[in-house]
Amino acid sequence: MSQRALTCHEVVEIITDYLEDVLPAEDRRRVEEHLVVCDGCTMYLEQMRETIRLTGMLTVEQIPEEQQRRLLEAFRTWTA
Amino acid sequence: MSDTNVVASAADLALVERLRAGDETTFMMLVEEHQATMLRIARMHVSSRAVAEEVVQEAWLGIVKGLDGFRGRSSLRTWMYRIVTNVAKTRGQREGRSIPFSALAGDEGEPAVDPAWFFGATEPSPGGWRRFPDAWHEIPEDRLIGHETLARIGSAIEALPPLQAEVIRMRDVLGMSSEEVRNALDLSETNQRVLLHRARSRVRRALDAYLMEERNER
Repeated sequence: MSQRALTCHEVVEIITDYLEDVLPAEDRRRVEEHLVVCDGCTMYLEQMRETIRLTGMLTVEQIPEEQQRRLLEAFRTWTA
Repeated sequence: MSDTNVVASAADLALVERLRAGDETTFMMLVEEHQATMLRIARMHVSSRAVAEEVVQEAWLGIVKGLDGFRGRSSLRTWMYRIVTNVAKTRGQREGRSIPFSALAGDEGEPAVDPAWFFGATEPSPGGWRRFPDAWHEIPEDRLIGHETLARIGSAIEALPPLQAEVIRMRDVLGMSSEEVRNALDLSETNQRVLLHRARSRVRRALDAYLMEERNER
């Protein structure tokens, strides 16, 4: 990346790299400098963090009992 | 275990011991926890739900028979998911299905945010927000975590290309690390991150559209 300031359009495309903490130190610094002066990107970052938090509230779906029973029967033969 | 690079938890190693002893309760607990994920992994690579079920059953057999080979260098679930991935890919190849990575991963060029949200190249501040994203913190928490909002997130994930859906489920629903996910799904570090980025960006967009429509009605 060049050393000019990042645009908002560029920030939203590297926001995951920023959240995953995989940006080179120099780029990380440029994102942070941008966030200090940009309410739009600060809001966007907050939306991404909320998206992650809310996604974490989903539950894992259950599978039919019939399928569970069949697997248990198979397990018995495998370990017999 | 004498391995120096064991990363599996003590709980994982205890589970493995109980499975080796043929403990049915432990097996059923694992089935309950992992079967749905394993089916989705399998379904990506084979032609039908029925074949996916066969693949998962074969993978369970591989897991139970292969417990002696579990060295704890990954978490138990990562090891299990990787076995499903491998069995499913092999089965898919045997079925003569060769699904290009791009079909599972989705469009590479898809922007995180609709470009219309930003000023164009010839406008005063190119690449800057034309209109700021909304402040979600002004939305009451009970609405944010309400059944309807979570259902919207669920549908947004369902609508993603299969690999994106699986990566975001594993990372953000199941709480797996990036390392675990790339081992489970046999992805490169970069691919894992790109898939996560596109998935989260799309779910954010869906959520934003829903929350905005709610607000406009009030």
